[in-house]
Amino acid sequence: MRIRAQASGDKATVRVLMSHEMESGQRKDGNGKTIPAWHIQDITATLNGKTVMTAEWGPAVSKNPFLQFNIKGAKAGDKVAITWKDNKGDSRTDEATVS
Amino acid sequence: MQTRRETLKHSAAVAGLFATTGLFPQYAQAFDKAAFDAKNIADAVKAMGGSAPVESKDVTITGPDIAENGAVVPLGVSTSLANVKRVLLLVEKNPSALVAMFNVSPEVDVNFATRSKMGQSSDVYAVAITNDGKAFFAKKRSQSDFGRLRRLITYISIFRRNTWQIQCAFAPKLLAIKPPFVF
Repeated sequence: MRIRAQASGDKATVRVLMSHEMESGQRKDGNGKTIPAWHIQDITATLNGKTVMTAEWGPAVSKNPFLQFNIKGAKAGDKVAITWKDNKGDSRTDEATVS
Repeated sequence: MQTRRETLKHSAAVAGLFATTGLFPQYAQAFDKAAFDAKNIADAVKAMGGSAPVESKDVTITGPDIAENGAVVPLGVSTSLANVKRVLLLVEKNPSALVAMFNVSPEVDVNFATRSKMGQSSDVYAVAITNDGKAFFAKKRSQSDFGRLRRLITYISIFRRNTWQIQCAFAPKLLAIKPPFVF
């Protein structure tokens, strides 16, 4: 996961690029069998350990998803952490510092 | 001995029990499956706790007029409305309309962007649901011209391969001359 958090004025813009297949559940493999959906379901964003945003995603979000949002009151040096959880139960957390 | 059928029945019953008591681990952070399975905008908004959506100028959706690649369509939503609880991004003609839902907290701006897949040209919707359950939407027409683009590329490649034949076919009509058959 790549996270960039840049403070500008009284808020920080956070851009996240996650690495995930995001299989839609609509595609078929070579034998005509449907490939089961495999996608990120839940996103949690925290600022210095406090949850500031949660999101739910369906299988229609693109492969290797991109996410951008703004956190109010985040200053340089603050820690932004993003956690995703997919429908197979896998999860990943990464942290970045606001610059 | 327990048959497969019985085992399934039991596990389903246990799962049901867990779900009703809120103990099911998968629902600890609730992924709203019903909303993401909804086939149309109204059902998805309803499943996310909003009333029938009303069009509003205070909700803004950003997206391309013509999407070059249906697998990656950048979409954004923002709103100037107060007391917004959650915002949704939806693509009307996708197999399931709802793409993404964002829970808003006072610490974040209501301004989110992500990328979506689109099966075909469709209206894309941004819906903001307020704390009192009212839903406001903005929509935008997004052409996904992968088909046309692919045809164009095919056409160009054929044209480049057969330039001379095509010229031979069209030139006489255009210029009223006979094509030279010897170079």
